[in-house]
Amino acid sequence: MSGLFKVSSNPHIRSRVATNGLMAAVVIALMPAAGFGIYNFGPRALAVYAVTIASTLLTEYFFGLYKKKQTITDMSAVVTGLLLALNLPVTIPLWMAALGGVFAILVVKMLFGGLGQNFMNPALAARCFLLISFPTAMTAFECDAYTGATPLAALKAGEAVNVLDMVIGRTAGTIGETSVFAILAGACILILLGVIDLRIPGSYIATFVLFVGIFGGHGFHPAYLAAHLSGGGLMLGAFFMATDYVTRPITIRGQYVYGIVLGLLTGIFRIFGPGAEGVSYAIILGNLLVPLIEKYTKPAAFGYEKGGKRREK
Amino acid sequence: MNKAGERLFNGLVKENPTFVLMLGMCPTLAVTTSAMNGLGMGLTTMVVLALSNLIISLLRNIIPNRVRIPAFIVIIASFVTAVQLLLQAYIPALNKSLGVYIPLIVVNCIILGRAESYAYSNPAIASLFDGLGMGLGFTFALTCIGAVRELLGAGELFGFALMPDSFVPIRIFGQAPGAFFVLAALVALQNYIKNVRKKAGKSYEKIGSGCSEDCMNCSEKGCTRRFYDESVQAAAGKGER
Repeated sequence: MSGLFKVSSNPHIRSRVATNGLMAAVVIALMPAAGFGIYNFGPRALAVYAVTIASTLLTEYFFGLYKKKQTITDMSAVVTGLLLALNLPVTIPLWMAALGGVFAILVVKMLFGGLGQNFMNPALAARCFLLISFPTAMTAFECDAYTGATPLAALKAGEAVNVLDMVIGRTAGTIGETSVFAILAGACILILLGVIDLRIPGSYIATFVLFVGIFGGHGFHPAYLAAHLSGGGLMLGAFFMATDYVTRPITIRGQYVYGIVLGLLTGIFRIFGPGAEGVSYAIILGNLLVPLIEKYTKPAAFGYEKGGKRREK
Repeated sequence: MNKAGERLFNGLVKENPTFVLMLGMCPTLAVTTSAMNGLGMGLTTMVVLALSNLIISLLRNIIPNRVRIPAFIVIIASFVTAVQLLLQAYIPALNKSLGVYIPLIVVNCIILGRAESYAYSNPAIASLFDGLGMGLGFTFALTCIGAVRELLGAGELFGFALMPDSFVPIRIFGQAPGAFFVLAALVALQNYIKNVRKKAGKSYEKIGSGCSEDCMNCSEKGCTRRFYDESVQAAAGKGER
């Protein structure tokens, strides 16, 4: 790895944190949501986890063999696999889940140069790939536990939804997105460990609430807003996928801008789009804007004024 | 290898417009939803390409240098209009499925590129075969892309169901993103084959064109590399003239 680091002038901060430690923290933080998925949807959820994680790990391993440079120990494939599984409905045929895992690692990550070079969140890109490829299987949310539409679809159709059930997670949806409780518990772990901070999730959710309040047609009605906040993939996306180190802006102002862009896009997709959901597409579109955001939010270097002019003495 | 054969080989393999030159990407990505569409688009383009190359080559001493591009466009557009009328009359189904991409052949950069880089400075028969070779290469590439996309995206090939009943079509291959995936994969595949051949000492880079890597003293007029080099020289050293 020694040749790959970006060189800048000293002083340098030395940190003991390595990629696999961060990835392990994310896996641990995803455990509440993953566990609730099994409790909520039954043991088949476990099979989906196993298949996606196995397929991402195997893809990473074989690509490493081909390239003669093994990167499997950085744990990122586990995170990708688990996140992908949490974004799938429990009824998905297992071979589709495996295909998604291969796509995430091979096409989105490895072909662009491996971890750190991927321009899009691999798990979300794979989810969108599956959503476009197999629209029926990917929106088949009817399973043994639940029949009928997801709460967001019901909300869009103008039906009443039970917000308490949505917060606890006892609703139809993808495996990991239903329980706001479990996701927030995991997010707290990440925030306490210092892995993520609230800049992106905070600006994302605040912008989204404002947008839905203004354009949603129900004003700032608390129950309506709460239903929108706890429905669909918003919480999972805001805390676990928008904050992905590789695909978020590195500048601090840029992170706020990124959160606002995501909030606007999600609001537009959910309120004005044909479907009820919008988080996945919003985040991968936001990923594409990251280089642009970084370009315009680059902080001035020490000793220089804004705009790169040398400061007068 | 004689001149005509060399031109055909050049268009099909060595300078395949899609896989090597990366020209004409718009129809390549847009119409290749099925093998039949790819084949139809490729053949239509080939007819226009060969005939316009022939006519432009015949008229190359009459067309003034400064208005050559409008002149090329007029010739190409005439052939495209004729071909479109023929398609409407005899193969209306293909005409319908290719839609707006038939009139857009006028601005296909392969056709204009070959007119500019080959037909305008080479004899008629060689130009005709250059057009045929390029057209065949384009047809081959489009049919390949269309076949892969149709097979994965609909489980069919030329409209015949090939896959077992349990096959679930991967719809993304029938849509725009799938075109990029398939094109990229095929280009990677043919580059891989090329590299393997190069390692085995069977590189066909130099077959037939007699290239001595010395463009300044080279008499080979149809060489694409020379074309680019000359344009660079023209931009850099205008003072020489």
